[in-house]
Amino acid sequence: MIVGQQKPLAEIWEMVRKHRKVLVLGCNSCVAVCHQGGTKQAEVLTSLLRMQATQEEAEIELVDGGIERQCEHEFFESARDAISRTDAVLSLACGVGVQFMAEKFHATPLYPALNTTFLGAVERPGFFTEKCQACGNCVLATTGGICPVSRCAKRLLNGPCGGVNKGKCEINKELDCAWCLIVNRLEALGKLDDYEDLFPLKDWSKDRAGGPRNFKVEGYLP
Amino acid sequence: MSVKTESKLERILAAGHLAITSECGPPRGSDPEVIIKKGELLKDHVDAVNVTDNQTSVTRLSSLAACIHLKLTGVDPVLQMVTRDRNRIALQSDILGAASFDINNILCLSGDHQIFGDCKEGQNVFDLDSMQLLQTVRHMRDDGKFLNGDDINRPPRMFAGAAANPFAEPYKIRVPRLAKKIAAGAEFIQTQCIYNLDRFEEWMNGVCDRGLHEKVYILAGITPMKSLGMARYMKKNVPGMDVPDQIIDRLAGVPKEKQAEEGITICLETIERLKEVKGVSGFHIMAIEWEEKVPEIVERAGLFPRPKVSDE
Repeated sequence: MIVGQQKPLAEIWEMVRKHRKVLVLGCNSCVAVCHQGGTKQAEVLTSLLRMQATQEEAEIELVDGGIERQCEHEFFESARDAISRTDAVLSLACGVGVQFMAEKFHATPLYPALNTTFLGAVERPGFFTEKCQACGNCVLATTGGICPVSRCAKRLLNGPCGGVNKGKCEINKELDCAWCLIVNRLEALGKLDDYEDLFPLKDWSKDRAGGPRNFKVEGYLP
Repeated sequence: MSVKTESKLERILAAGHLAITSECGPPRGSDPEVIIKKGELLKDHVDAVNVTDNQTSVTRLSSLAACIHLKLTGVDPVLQMVTRDRNRIALQSDILGAASFDINNILCLSGDHQIFGDCKEGQNVFDLDSMQLLQTVRHMRDDGKFLNGDDINRPPRMFAGAAANPFAEPYKIRVPRLAKKIAAGAEFIQTQCIYNLDRFEEWMNGVCDRGLHEKVYILAGITPMKSLGMARYMKKNVPGMDVPDQIIDRLAGVPKEKQAEEGITICLETIERLKEVKGVSGFHIMAIEWEEKVPEIVERAGLFPRPKVSDE
């Protein structure tokens, strides 16, 4: 899932304060799972912004709401009227949702309430960790199912650097060294010898480096 | 191992001598005098001098430029090149640039993470890792081709090296990791600073058991402790550094003004013991901010004068 984190209130307020009517719109998929961007969080954020408005004696009407997903056309039907009646939308979706809406509502100012942080998993309630960088060329078959591209701070493909400390990464004591995890897992799989296979130069053209990506599924195209 | 380049370091190793390399960190400015002075200081006592590449991610004068200054003073430089800051275009380009000045040695590294340096908010590259850089150097040299297969006019002829840390985790891949670097093209290895001799010897046994010492020259990393404070700092704060308590105790057991001398004594004892270790082909003496001690260490270790090798 896509993990996001709400921006500081002061930054959000600075973006919306000059508008007279703002729709605070949640997205009830990924970013709701991480308790940052759903309808419920939109409601709370709206209350906080109203308090801010009162303190600053700003004349601004704040309306909250939410839709299932801000990255698909069909879910916008229920919000179309509310969006057409507002001066601006504060979106609690990830960067995908904000942009998708910007393309749909060409003349409506839109602001992101979240910083989109990573593609991750729910490690335990309230704790999310990055697992994938969508490099477009999955290496997990040879790395014991643990991704060095997203989980090694240097995205090293042939083993750990010298900075491992008690199984943790030198840049952050709370971060597991991806290569320690990979080596341990290869050993558990009885494949430790595979560590010596050289990983060839990676084709990064399928990553961000190759420019914005798209994907067409033949047969489903209109 | 037959000689494949014009590197003085390679010829000394191939002749069976214990080789000595040292290290020079470029300055945080554009004054070349600092490098030239370090070169002059070291050139009669060592066979080659490594030039670090923005070590600990602190921006400095470029490794390649400093290598050129050293070359002009008559030193055989080892160009350290990290993959942190350059993609494969820039790496190949800088290799050719170095080759155009007949810089004959390269040490392929991934590089410290930028979080430790002066540009914490900067992007990192890591298009390649250290093993893939080794493969690139060897491909350019041995096949005379760019990564895309195009021919190189006057290919670089560099003696290719890599680093090894016998003390880093996970221990179970320490020997396999060396084997992997050799498979990627490493011809010489410079190790992390050695203080835990027992563990180093255990690693070397594993290396020799697999016959790897016959495929690569291993230069043992030596860094004299300047003070008890330095020893404690390295033990506590430098990841992958194994400083046993005996070293700390020895330095703590002498008065403060004698600690530097004790550090040199420990370093000389280390060299003496490592001379006897099968598979050790020389020493990489990294006297951090203490380069002036290198000639003394080389002399007192009985490794001076340095052997002469022909230019053939």
